[in-house]
Amino acid sequence: MIESMIALWESLPVIVQIWIKIVVIVLPLMIVVAYYTWLERRVIGAMQVRIGPNRVGFFGFRLQGLGQPIADAMKLMFKEIVIPTRANPFLFVIAPMLTLGPALAAWAVFPFDENLVLADINAGLLYILALTSLAVYGVIIAGWSSNSKYAFLGAMRSAAQIVAYEIAMGFALVGVLVAAGSLNLGDIVRAQAGSAAHWFWLPLFPLFMVYMIAGVAETNRAPFDVAEGESEIVAGFHVEYSGMTFAAFFLAEYANMILISALTALMFWGGWLSPFEGTILQQYFEWVPGIVWLFAKTFVFMVLLLWFRATFPRYRYDQIMRLGWKVFMPITIVWILVVGLAVVYEMPWWFD
Amino acid sequence: MKAVTNYVKSLFLFELLKGMKLTGKYFFRKKFTVLYPDQKAPVSPRFRGLHAQRRYPNGEERCIACKLCEAVCPALAITIEAEPREDGQRRTTRYDIDLFKCIFCGFCEESCPVDAIVETRLYEYHFESREGSVINKQKLLENGERFEEQIAADRAAQAQYR
Repeated sequence: MIESMIALWESLPVIVQIWIKIVVIVLPLMIVVAYYTWLERRVIGAMQVRIGPNRVGFFGFRLQGLGQPIADAMKLMFKEIVIPTRANPFLFVIAPMLTLGPALAAWAVFPFDENLVLADINAGLLYILALTSLAVYGVIIAGWSSNSKYAFLGAMRSAAQIVAYEIAMGFALVGVLVAAGSLNLGDIVRAQAGSAAHWFWLPLFPLFMVYMIAGVAETNRAPFDVAEGESEIVAGFHVEYSGMTFAAFFLAEYANMILISALTALMFWGGWLSPFEGTILQQYFEWVPGIVWLFAKTFVFMVLLLWFRATFPRYRYDQIMRLGWKVFMPITIVWILVVGLAVVYEMPWWFD
Repeated sequence: MKAVTNYVKSLFLFELLKGMKLTGKYFFRKKFTVLYPDQKAPVSPRFRGLHAQRRYPNGEERCIACKLCEAVCPALAITIEAEPREDGQRRTTRYDIDLFKCIFCGFCEESCPVDAIVETRLYEYHFESREGSVINKQKLLENGERFEEQIAADRAAQAQYR
Protein backbone atom coordinates (compact mmCIF):
# COMPACT_ATOMS: atom_id res chain seq x y z
CA MET A 1 0.00 0.00 0.00
CA ILE A 2 2.57 2.53 1.16
CA GLU A 3 5.02 1.35 -1.53
CA SER A 4 2.41 1.82 -4.24
CA MET A 5 1.59 5.30 -2.95
CA ILE A 6 5.26 6.22 -2.91
CA ALA A 7 5.57 4.83 -6.43
CA LEU A 8 2.57 6.89 -7.52
CA TRP A 9 4.09 9.98 -5.94
CA GLU A 10 7.43 9.41 -7.70
CA SER A 11 5.69 8.88 -11.01
CA LEU A 12 4.21 12.38 -10.86
CA PRO A 13 6.03 15.13 -12.72
CA VAL A 14 8.22 17.26 -10.44
CA ILE A 15 6.13 20.36 -11.02
CA VAL A 16 2.97 18.55 -9.91
CA GLN A 17 4.82 17.32 -6.82
CA ILE A 18 5.78 20.89 -6.00
CA TRP A 19 2.22 22.05 -6.53
CA ILE A 20 0.87 19.41 -4.21
CA LYS A 21 3.45 20.31 -1.57
CA ILE A 22 2.47 23.98 -1.85
CA VAL A 23 -1.22 23.13 -1.51
CA VAL A 24 -0.49 20.95 1.51
CA ILE A 25 1.09 23.95 3.24
CA VAL A 26 -1.08 26.79 1.96
CA LEU A 27 -4.50 25.19 2.35
CA PRO A 28 -4.23 24.48 6.09
CA LEU A 29 -2.61 27.89 6.48
CA MET A 30 -5.61 29.56 4.85
CA ILE A 31 -7.99 27.64 7.10
CA VAL A 32 -5.96 28.67 10.14
CA VAL A 33 -6.01 32.28 8.92
CA ALA A 34 -9.80 32.13 8.54
CA TYR A 35 -10.30 30.75 12.01
CA TYR A 36 -7.70 33.08 13.45
CA THR A 37 -10.01 35.97 12.55
CA TRP A 38 -12.82 34.16 14.35
CA LEU A 39 -10.58 33.52 17.35
CA GLU A 40 -9.53 37.16 17.40
CA ARG A 41 -13.09 38.40 17.49
CA ARG A 42 -14.03 35.94 20.20
CA VAL A 43 -10.96 36.58 22.36
CA ILE A 44 -11.16 40.35 22.09
CA GLY A 45 -14.90 40.13 22.68
CA ALA A 46 -14.37 38.11 25.83
CA MET A 47 -11.80 40.61 27.10
CA GLN A 48 -14.30 43.39 26.53
CA VAL A 49 -16.90 41.40 28.51
CA ARG A 50 -19.03 40.60 25.48
CA ILE A 51 -19.42 37.43 23.45
CA GLY A 52 -18.38 38.09 19.88
CA PRO A 53 -19.72 36.31 16.80
CA ASN A 54 -21.60 33.19 17.86
CA ARG A 55 -24.45 32.95 15.35
CA VAL A 56 -23.29 31.62 12.01
CA GLY A 57 -22.84 27.87 12.09
CA PHE A 58 -23.32 24.92 9.78
CA PHE A 59 -26.54 23.09 8.90
CA GLY A 60 -28.59 24.94 11.44
CA PHE A 61 -26.16 24.39 14.29
CA ARG A 62 -24.60 27.53 15.68
CA LEU A 63 -21.36 25.94 16.91
CA GLN A 64 -20.24 29.13 18.63
CA GLY A 65 -20.13 31.04 15.35
CA LEU A 66 -17.62 28.77 13.63
CA GLY A 67 -19.28 29.49 10.27
CA GLN A 68 -18.54 33.20 10.53
CA PRO A 69 -15.17 33.22 8.71
CA ILE A 70 -16.64 31.18 5.86
CA ALA A 71 -19.59 33.57 5.58
CA ASP A 72 -17.23 36.56 5.63
CA ALA A 73 -15.03 35.01 2.96
CA MET A 74 -18.04 34.30 0.73
CA LYS A 75 -19.31 37.82 1.15
CA LEU A 76 -15.96 39.37 0.28
CA MET A 77 -15.55 37.09 -2.73
CA PHE A 78 -18.83 38.18 -4.26
CA LYS A 79 -18.42 41.87 -3.58
CA GLU A 80 -17.45 44.21 -6.34
CA ILE A 81 -13.83 45.31 -6.56
CA VAL A 82 -14.13 49.06 -6.84
CA ILE A 83 -11.20 50.74 -8.58
CA PRO A 84 -11.17 54.48 -7.96
CA THR A 85 -11.22 56.62 -11.14
CA ARG A 86 -7.92 58.38 -10.51
CA ALA A 87 -6.16 55.30 -9.19
CA ASN A 88 -3.45 53.48 -11.05
CA PRO A 89 -5.42 50.33 -11.90
CA PHE A 90 -2.46 48.04 -12.53
CA LEU A 91 -0.65 48.82 -9.29
CA PHE A 92 -3.94 49.02 -7.43
CA VAL A 93 -4.76 45.43 -8.25
CA ILE A 94 -1.25 44.06 -7.92
CA ALA A 95 -0.59 45.59 -4.47
CA PRO A 96 -2.67 43.09 -2.45
CA MET A 97 -0.97 40.23 -4.28
CA LEU A 98 2.41 41.74 -3.46
CA THR A 99 1.42 41.72 0.19
CA LEU A 100 -0.04 38.25 0.23
CA GLY A 101 2.65 36.57 -1.88
CA PRO A 102 5.62 37.01 0.47
CA ALA A 103 3.48 36.18 3.50
CA LEU A 104 2.79 32.77 1.98
CA ALA A 105 6.17 32.25 0.30
CA ALA A 106 8.00 32.63 3.60
CA TRP A 107 6.52 29.32 4.73
CA ALA A 108 8.54 27.47 2.10
CA VAL A 109 11.61 27.22 4.32
CA PHE A 110 9.74 26.71 7.55
CA PRO A 111 10.63 23.39 9.25
CA PHE A 112 7.49 21.90 10.78
CA ASP A 113 9.35 18.91 12.16
CA GLU A 114 12.78 17.31 12.10
CA ASN A 115 12.54 16.46 8.39
CA LEU A 116 9.27 18.10 7.46
CA VAL A 117 10.37 21.10 5.43
CA LEU A 118 9.52 22.07 1.86
CA ALA A 119 12.86 23.69 0.99
CA ASP A 120 15.69 22.99 3.41
CA ILE A 121 17.93 25.82 2.26
CA ASN A 122 21.00 26.96 4.13
CA ALA A 123 20.11 30.64 4.18
CA GLY A 124 16.60 30.07 5.50
CA LEU A 125 16.74 32.90 8.01
CA LEU A 126 17.97 35.31 5.37
CA TYR A 127 15.22 34.19 3.02
CA ILE A 128 12.57 34.83 5.66
CA LEU A 129 14.00 38.24 6.51
CA ALA A 130 14.04 39.16 2.83
CA LEU A 131 10.48 38.01 2.19
CA THR A 132 8.93 39.57 5.26
CA SER A 133 10.51 42.90 4.32
CA LEU A 134 9.01 42.61 0.84
CA ALA A 135 5.51 42.92 2.30
CA VAL A 136 6.06 46.63 2.85
CA TYR A 137 6.08 47.15 -0.91
CA GLY A 138 2.51 45.95 -1.11
CA VAL A 139 1.48 48.46 1.53
CA ILE A 140 3.33 51.37 -0.07
CA ILE A 141 2.09 50.57 -3.56
CA ALA A 142 -1.46 50.17 -2.28
CA GLY A 143 -1.29 53.51 -0.52
CA TRP A 144 0.21 55.31 -3.49
CA SER A 145 -1.88 53.79 -6.25
CA SER A 146 -5.17 54.47 -4.44
CA ASN A 147 -4.65 58.19 -5.06
CA SER A 148 -6.22 58.98 -1.71
CA LYS A 149 -4.81 61.15 1.05
CA TYR A 150 -5.64 58.74 3.83
CA ALA A 151 -4.24 55.78 1.99
CA PHE A 152 -1.08 57.71 1.20
CA LEU A 153 -0.65 58.80 4.82
CA GLY A 154 -1.10 55.22 5.97
CA ALA A 155 1.44 53.99 3.46
CA MET A 156 4.00 56.61 4.54
CA ARG A 157 3.57 55.76 8.19
CA SER A 158 3.78 52.06 7.57
CA ALA A 159 6.88 52.45 5.41
CA ALA A 160 8.75 54.42 8.08
CA GLN A 161 7.59 52.07 10.80
CA ILE A 162 8.49 48.87 9.01
CA VAL A 163 11.91 50.19 8.03
CA ALA A 164 12.59 51.17 11.66
CA TYR A 165 11.51 47.85 13.09
CA GLU A 166 13.07 45.79 10.34
CA ILE A 167 16.45 46.82 11.73
CA ALA A 168 15.64 45.87 15.31
CA MET A 169 14.17 42.62 14.08
CA GLY A 170 17.19 41.91 11.91
CA PHE A 171 19.53 42.50 14.84
CA ALA A 172 17.46 40.22 17.04
CA LEU A 173 17.84 37.52 14.41
CA VAL A 174 21.57 38.18 14.21
CA GLY A 175 21.66 37.27 17.89
CA VAL A 176 19.86 34.04 17.12
CA LEU A 177 22.20 33.08 14.34
CA VAL A 178 25.25 33.92 16.42
CA ALA A 179 23.91 31.67 19.16
CA ALA A 180 22.95 28.86 16.79
CA GLY A 181 25.89 29.27 14.44
CA SER A 182 23.69 28.65 11.42
CA LEU A 183 21.23 30.37 9.10
CA ASN A 184 19.34 27.14 8.50
CA LEU A 185 16.11 27.15 10.49
CA GLY A 186 16.32 23.44 11.19
CA ASP A 187 19.83 23.82 12.56
CA ILE A 188 18.69 26.70 14.73
CA VAL A 189 16.15 24.42 16.37
CA ARG A 190 18.65 21.58 16.68
CA ALA A 191 21.05 23.96 18.43
CA GLN A 192 18.40 24.40 21.13
CA ALA A 193 18.08 20.69 21.87
CA GLY A 194 18.56 19.58 25.46
CA SER A 195 15.75 20.87 27.63
CA ALA A 196 13.36 23.78 27.92
CA ALA A 197 16.16 25.69 29.64
CA HIS A 198 18.38 25.11 26.61
CA TRP A 199 16.00 26.97 24.35
CA PHE A 200 17.19 30.38 23.28
CA TRP A 201 14.54 32.32 25.15
CA LEU A 202 16.73 32.25 28.24
CA PRO A 203 20.09 33.43 26.93
CA LEU A 204 18.45 35.65 24.32
CA PHE A 205 15.58 36.96 26.45
CA PRO A 206 15.96 40.65 25.51
CA LEU A 207 16.21 39.68 21.86
CA PHE A 208 13.10 37.56 22.23
CA MET A 209 11.17 40.52 23.62
CA VAL A 210 12.50 42.81 20.90
CA TYR A 211 11.67 40.28 18.22
CA MET A 212 8.16 39.76 19.52
CA ILE A 213 7.40 43.49 19.76
CA ALA A 214 9.07 44.27 16.46
CA GLY A 215 7.01 41.45 14.97
CA VAL A 216 3.84 43.12 16.16
CA ALA A 217 5.03 46.38 14.61
CA GLU A 218 6.07 44.60 11.43
CA THR A 219 2.60 43.12 10.92
CA ASN A 220 0.98 46.52 11.56
CA ARG A 221 -0.98 45.16 14.48
CA ALA A 222 -2.23 47.04 17.51
CA PRO A 223 -0.63 48.77 19.40
CA PHE A 224 1.51 49.62 16.36
CA ASP A 225 -1.32 49.91 13.84
CA VAL A 226 -0.84 53.57 12.93
CA ALA A 227 -0.77 52.47 9.29
CA GLU A 228 -4.44 51.55 9.64
CA GLY A 229 -5.42 53.86 12.48
CA GLU A 230 -9.19 53.63 12.04
CA SER A 231 -9.83 56.60 14.29
CA GLU A 232 -7.34 58.88 12.54
CA ILE A 233 -7.01 57.90 8.91
CA VAL A 234 -10.05 55.67 8.41
CA ALA A 235 -8.29 52.45 7.47
CA GLY A 236 -4.95 53.74 6.23
CA PHE A 237 -3.47 52.15 3.17
CA HIS A 238 -6.48 49.99 2.33
CA VAL A 239 -9.30 52.57 2.52
CA GLU A 240 -10.05 52.30 -1.18
CA TYR A 241 -10.03 48.52 -1.34
CA SER A 242 -13.11 46.34 -1.42
CA GLY A 243 -14.07 42.75 -2.08
CA MET A 244 -11.34 40.24 -2.70
CA THR A 245 -8.53 42.81 -2.94
CA PHE A 246 -9.38 43.90 0.58
CA ALA A 247 -9.60 40.29 1.69
CA ALA A 248 -6.10 39.69 0.32
CA PHE A 249 -4.70 42.38 2.62
CA PHE A 250 -6.43 40.75 5.54
CA LEU A 251 -5.22 37.29 4.62
CA ALA A 252 -1.70 38.66 4.37
CA GLU A 253 -1.91 40.39 7.72
CA TYR A 254 -3.10 37.28 9.49
CA ALA A 255 -0.71 35.00 7.61
CA ASN A 256 2.08 37.32 8.72
CA MET A 257 0.91 37.21 12.31
CA ILE A 258 0.94 33.43 12.22
CA LEU A 259 4.37 33.50 10.62
CA ILE A 260 5.76 35.81 13.30
CA SER A 261 4.29 33.59 16.03
CA ALA A 262 5.65 30.46 14.42
CA LEU A 263 9.10 32.01 13.94
CA THR A 264 9.18 33.13 17.56
CA ALA A 265 8.34 29.59 18.60
CA LEU A 266 10.99 28.28 16.25
CA MET A 267 13.88 30.57 17.12
CA PHE A 268 13.37 31.21 20.81
CA TRP A 269 11.16 28.42 22.10
CA GLY A 270 12.65 25.31 20.58
CA GLY A 271 10.39 24.79 17.57
CA TRP A 272 9.30 21.19 17.39
CA LEU A 273 11.29 20.15 20.48
CA SER A 274 9.30 18.75 23.39
CA PRO A 275 9.17 21.01 26.45
CA PHE A 276 9.64 17.91 28.63
CA GLU A 277 12.95 16.99 27.04
CA GLY A 278 15.56 16.18 29.64
CA THR A 279 13.05 15.82 32.47
CA ILE A 280 11.49 12.70 33.95
CA LEU A 281 8.29 13.40 32.02
CA GLN A 282 10.08 12.99 28.70
CA GLN A 283 9.27 9.28 28.26
CA TYR A 284 5.56 9.86 28.78
CA PHE A 285 5.44 12.40 25.98
CA GLU A 286 7.62 10.55 23.48
CA TRP A 287 4.57 9.66 21.39
CA VAL A 288 3.62 13.29 20.73
CA PRO A 289 4.83 14.30 17.27
CA GLY A 290 7.08 17.36 17.20
CA ILE A 291 4.70 19.24 14.96
CA VAL A 292 2.14 19.27 17.79
CA TRP A 293 4.60 21.02 20.09
CA LEU A 294 5.39 23.52 17.36
CA PHE A 295 1.71 24.26 16.80
CA ALA A 296 1.03 24.54 20.52
CA LYS A 297 3.86 27.05 20.94
CA THR A 298 2.76 28.98 17.87
CA PHE A 299 -0.78 29.09 19.19
CA VAL A 300 0.40 30.63 22.45
CA PHE A 301 2.05 33.50 20.59
CA MET A 302 -0.93 33.90 18.29
CA VAL A 303 -3.21 34.38 21.27
CA LEU A 304 -0.65 36.72 22.79
CA LEU A 305 -0.91 38.96 19.73
CA LEU A 306 -4.69 39.14 20.18
CA TRP A 307 -4.21 39.82 23.86
CA PHE A 308 -1.93 42.75 23.00
CA ARG A 309 -4.58 44.16 20.74
CA ALA A 310 -7.28 43.89 23.40
CA THR A 311 -5.07 45.57 25.99
CA PHE A 312 -2.94 48.35 24.61
CA PRO A 313 -3.97 51.69 23.13
CA ARG A 314 -2.34 52.73 19.87
CA TYR A 315 1.16 54.16 20.15
CA ARG A 316 1.71 57.74 19.14
CA TYR A 317 3.69 57.95 15.94
CA ASP A 318 6.80 59.64 17.37
CA GLN A 319 6.83 57.19 20.26
CA ILE A 320 6.88 54.31 17.81
CA MET A 321 9.91 55.82 16.12
CA ARG A 322 11.62 56.47 19.45
CA LEU A 323 11.01 52.90 20.58
CA GLY A 324 12.33 51.43 17.37
CA TRP A 325 15.46 53.53 16.97
CA LYS A 326 16.43 54.60 20.48
CA VAL A 327 15.40 51.62 22.60
CA PHE A 328 15.39 48.47 20.54
CA MET A 329 18.49 49.19 18.49
CA PRO A 330 20.80 49.73 21.51
CA ILE A 331 19.33 46.76 23.36
CA THR A 332 19.87 44.41 20.45
CA ILE A 333 23.38 45.67 19.72
CA VAL A 334 24.45 45.30 23.35
CA TRP A 335 22.93 41.86 23.58
CA ILE A 336 24.57 40.69 20.38
CA LEU A 337 27.89 41.60 22.04
CA VAL A 338 26.91 39.64 25.14
CA VAL A 339 25.88 36.63 23.08
CA GLY A 340 29.04 36.92 21.01
CA LEU A 341 31.20 36.82 24.13
CA ALA A 342 29.18 33.93 25.52
CA VAL A 343 29.72 31.98 22.32
CA VAL A 344 33.43 32.80 22.10
CA TYR A 345 34.05 31.75 25.71
CA GLU A 346 31.67 28.78 25.34
CA MET A 347 29.44 29.66 28.23
CA PRO A 348 27.72 26.59 29.71
CA TRP A 349 25.25 25.23 29.16
CA TRP A 350 23.93 26.83 26.01
CA PHE A 351 27.08 27.35 24.04
CA ASP A 352 29.48 24.66 25.21
CA MET B 1 16.98 58.06 41.19
CA LYS B 2 13.32 58.25 40.24
CA ALA B 3 14.26 58.57 36.60
CA VAL B 4 16.34 55.41 36.87
CA THR B 5 13.54 53.39 38.48
CA ASN B 6 11.10 54.70 35.90
CA TYR B 7 13.49 53.72 33.14
CA VAL B 8 13.94 50.23 34.53
CA LYS B 9 10.19 49.91 35.00
CA SER B 10 9.44 50.87 31.42
CA LEU B 11 12.25 48.64 30.17
CA PHE B 12 10.79 45.59 31.84
CA LEU B 13 7.29 46.46 30.64
CA PHE B 14 5.79 46.42 34.13
CA GLU B 15 2.83 48.62 33.24
CA LEU B 16 2.11 46.65 30.11
CA LEU B 17 2.08 43.37 31.99
CA LYS B 18 -0.26 44.92 34.55
CA GLY B 19 -2.60 45.91 31.75
CA MET B 20 -2.47 42.43 30.29
CA LYS B 21 -3.24 40.96 33.69
CA LEU B 22 -6.35 43.12 33.83
CA THR B 23 -7.63 42.15 30.40
CA GLY B 24 -6.73 38.56 31.19
CA LYS B 25 -8.98 38.74 34.23
CA TYR B 26 -11.82 40.21 32.18
CA PHE B 27 -11.48 37.34 29.71
CA PHE B 28 -13.06 35.02 32.28
CA ARG B 29 -15.70 37.46 33.52
CA LYS B 30 -19.36 36.73 33.02
CA LYS B 31 -20.42 38.38 29.77
CA PHE B 32 -23.00 41.13 29.67
CA THR B 33 -24.26 40.38 26.18
CA VAL B 34 -27.98 39.74 25.77
CA LEU B 35 -28.47 37.25 22.93
CA TYR B 36 -31.25 39.36 21.49
CA PRO B 37 -33.80 37.29 19.64
CA ASP B 38 -33.37 34.44 22.14
CA GLN B 39 -33.11 36.55 25.25
CA LYS B 40 -34.64 39.97 25.69
CA ALA B 41 -33.66 42.79 27.94
CA PRO B 42 -36.26 43.61 30.59
CA VAL B 43 -38.64 46.41 29.59
CA SER B 44 -39.83 49.07 32.00
CA PRO B 45 -43.56 49.81 32.43
CA ARG B 46 -42.61 53.34 31.38
CA PHE B 47 -41.22 52.12 28.08
CA ARG B 48 -42.28 54.28 25.15
CA GLY B 49 -42.75 52.09 22.10
CA LEU B 50 -45.36 51.87 19.39
CA HIS B 51 -48.49 53.96 19.91
CA ALA B 52 -51.98 52.63 20.60
CA GLN B 53 -55.42 54.06 21.24
CA ARG B 54 -57.48 52.62 24.05
CA ARG B 55 -61.20 51.96 24.51
CA TYR B 56 -63.34 51.98 27.62
CA PRO B 57 -64.36 48.57 28.92
CA ASN B 58 -67.77 49.03 27.31
CA GLY B 59 -66.11 49.30 23.88
CA GLU B 60 -66.47 53.05 23.47
CA GLU B 61 -63.30 54.68 22.22
CA ARG B 62 -61.69 57.00 24.73
CA CYS B 63 -60.42 59.73 22.41
CA ILE B 64 -62.59 62.86 22.51
CA ALA B 65 -60.67 64.78 19.85
CA CYS B 66 -59.48 67.51 22.22
CA LYS B 67 -56.32 67.77 20.08
CA LEU B 68 -54.05 68.35 23.12
CA CYS B 69 -51.69 65.66 21.85
CA GLU B 70 -51.55 67.30 18.43
CA ALA B 71 -50.77 70.62 20.08
CA VAL B 72 -48.10 69.26 22.42
CA CYS B 73 -46.36 67.05 19.91
CA PRO B 74 -42.86 68.58 19.48
CA ALA B 75 -42.26 66.75 16.21
CA LEU B 76 -45.66 67.59 14.67
CA ALA B 77 -46.16 63.91 14.05
CA ILE B 78 -49.87 63.80 14.95
CA THR B 79 -52.64 64.94 12.58
CA ILE B 80 -56.22 65.03 13.88
CA GLU B 81 -59.49 65.87 12.15
CA ALA B 82 -62.71 65.81 14.16
CA GLU B 83 -66.47 65.99 13.54
CA PRO B 84 -69.55 65.36 15.71
CA ARG B 85 -70.75 61.77 15.48
CA GLU B 86 -74.45 60.91 14.77
CA ASP B 87 -75.19 60.78 18.49
CA GLY B 88 -73.73 64.27 18.87
CA GLN B 89 -70.49 63.19 20.56
CA ARG B 90 -67.24 64.75 19.42
CA ARG B 91 -64.96 62.11 17.87
CA THR B 92 -61.96 62.02 15.57
CA THR B 93 -62.50 61.18 11.92
CA ARG B 94 -58.82 61.05 11.31
CA TYR B 95 -55.98 60.35 13.73
CA ASP B 96 -52.62 59.79 12.00
CA ILE B 97 -49.20 59.44 13.60
CA ASP B 98 -46.18 59.66 11.35
CA LEU B 99 -43.70 57.29 13.00
CA PHE B 100 -40.81 58.77 11.03
CA LYS B 101 -41.50 62.15 12.61
CA CYS B 102 -42.33 60.78 16.04
CA ILE B 103 -39.52 61.05 18.57
CA PHE B 104 -41.26 58.83 21.15
CA CYS B 105 -41.15 61.53 23.83
CA GLY B 106 -44.45 60.41 25.35
CA PHE B 107 -45.88 63.96 25.60
CA CYS B 108 -49.06 62.87 23.80
CA GLU B 109 -49.70 60.27 26.43
CA GLU B 110 -48.99 62.71 29.27
CA SER B 111 -51.24 65.40 27.85
CA CYS B 112 -54.18 63.11 27.17
CA PRO B 113 -57.02 63.85 29.63
CA VAL B 114 -58.74 60.50 29.02
CA ASP B 115 -55.70 58.20 28.66
CA ALA B 116 -56.68 57.46 25.07
CA ILE B 117 -53.34 57.70 23.25
CA VAL B 118 -50.65 55.59 24.91
CA GLU B 119 -47.28 54.21 24.05
CA THR B 120 -46.95 50.45 24.40
CA ARG B 121 -43.96 48.28 25.17
CA LEU B 122 -43.82 47.04 21.59
CA TYR B 123 -40.53 47.92 19.93
CA GLU B 124 -40.33 45.22 17.27
CA TYR B 125 -42.24 46.46 14.23
CA HIS B 126 -41.41 47.46 10.70
CA PHE B 127 -42.84 49.11 7.60
CA GLU B 128 -42.65 47.72 4.13
CA SER B 129 -43.46 50.90 2.24
CA ARG B 130 -42.84 54.60 2.54
CA GLU B 131 -46.52 55.19 3.40
CA GLY B 132 -46.38 52.48 6.05
CA SER B 133 -44.76 54.88 8.47
CA VAL B 134 -48.05 56.76 8.95
CA ILE B 135 -50.36 54.74 11.16
CA ASN B 136 -54.03 55.70 11.18
CA LYS B 137 -56.77 55.54 13.76
CA GLN B 138 -57.87 52.05 12.84
CA LYS B 139 -54.38 50.64 13.32
CA LEU B 140 -53.98 52.50 16.60
CA LEU B 141 -57.21 51.05 17.92
CA GLU B 142 -56.14 47.60 16.79
CA ASN B 143 -52.88 48.00 18.70
CA GLY B 144 -54.90 49.08 21.70
CA GLU B 145 -57.07 46.00 21.56
CA ARG B 146 -54.09 43.75 21.11
CA PHE B 147 -52.11 45.06 24.10
CA GLU B 148 -54.93 46.32 26.36
CA GLU B 149 -54.05 43.96 29.18
CA GLN B 150 -50.40 44.99 29.22
CA ILE B 151 -51.26 48.66 28.77
CA ALA B 152 -53.75 48.64 31.64
CA ALA B 153 -51.31 46.81 33.91
CA ASP B 154 -48.52 49.28 33.11
CA ARG B 155 -50.79 52.31 33.73
CA ALA B 156 -51.92 50.80 37.01
CA ALA B 157 -48.33 50.20 38.10
CA GLN B 158 -47.40 53.77 37.25
CA ALA B 159 -50.56 55.43 38.57
CA GLN B 160 -48.99 56.42 41.88
CA TYR B 161 -46.22 58.39 40.17
CA ARG B 162 -48.46 60.43 37.88
